[in-house]
Amino acid sequence: MGKKKTPAINSSSTADIAFLLLCYFLMTTTMGSQNGLSRRLPPMPDPNQKLEDQKVNRRNIIVVKINSADRLLAGSEPMDISQLKDKVKEFLTNPLDDPNLPEKTMTDIEGFGQYPVSKGVISLQNDRGTSYQAYIAVQNELVKAVNEIRDDFALKNYGKPFLTLNEEQQEITKKAIPQNISEAEPKDVTKK
Amino acid sequence: MSKFGGSNNKKEVPALSSGSLSDIVFMLLFFFMVTTQLRETENKVIVKMPQASEVVKLERKDLSSYINIGTPTRTYQAQYGTDARIQLNDSFKTVNDIRDFIAAERESMSEADRGLMTTVIRADEDTRMGIITDVKQELRRCSALKIFYMARKAE
Repeated sequence: MGKKKTPAINSSSTADIAFLLLCYFLMTTTMGSQNGLSRRLPPMPDPNQKLEDQKVNRRNIIVVKINSADRLLAGSEPMDISQLKDKVKEFLTNPLDDPNLPEKTMTDIEGFGQYPVSKGVISLQNDRGTSYQAYIAVQNELVKAVNEIRDDFALKNYGKPFLTLNEEQQEITKKAIPQNISEAEPKDVTKK
Repeated sequence: MSKFGGSNNKKEVPALSSGSLSDIVFMLLFFFMVTTQLRETENKVIVKMPQASEVVKLERKDLSSYINIGTPTRTYQAQYGTDARIQLNDSFKTVNDIRDFIAAERESMSEADRGLMTTVIRADEDTRMGIITDVKQELRRCSALKIFYMARKAE
């Protein structure tokens, strides 16, 4: 009976220690909000290669130009950025099989079957004076157009929007509606 | 009633145990440790990212190298001016240094991951495309073809 039980260690300061640690991490780290647009650059052309190889039929290409004042030219007409998406959608889907819009080739997609895949390519050209903001806005509209067409395809064939499809179905959709955005060789768009 | 209303009813209220407080704070700590990442480099350029609605999340952050483009911050403006500059790692660089930067980044990755390397372009929205086109051309020359334009998600 001589010995009493040992007194509990005062643990109220562990909270302070933990707070200090917490503050340290709050100061030195950043919240990871890393969003953006993913792109693939075309490989550098081989200098020995002849230019003729890259011949693309005129009707299969839509040129989107942004000049140094951030004005937009799609196809051959100037337009506002809000009209671009519909223009590109019409170009890529070609619903009426217009001979001036891209041709489609029946392609055999694994796991799906035949589907007329559009051969349309969007060529994006910009000036050295274009602002990055305008450039990203245009890129965004182009991606939006492709995403909407993919959504339509997914709804029609699977009854679900594109993002809720499983991986295999997403692959099929991507093959059926490719995202062909070409970032052309830099050149001066604005004629002086 | 009999359980609580015993004879020792009038004793003083026991002190609130603060032992679990540390657990709560630790939980907060772990939350922040998991959701945030260490700032590897100090930003020497001001970057206000452009807005976009169709953004996707960057996958494999460990395989990405960052190229910051923007106006130098106040402290460096006297030295480097207010024109848009390229920042690689911790210092101001020119377009010609990108080749070495990409080579070094590639070297630090394992053989299998090199094909998945992504170059993240973190540019200010007021930057002119000229400098970005130069960077893109240089990246093509280094065959670092996967790029990622960083943007804010628009509401």
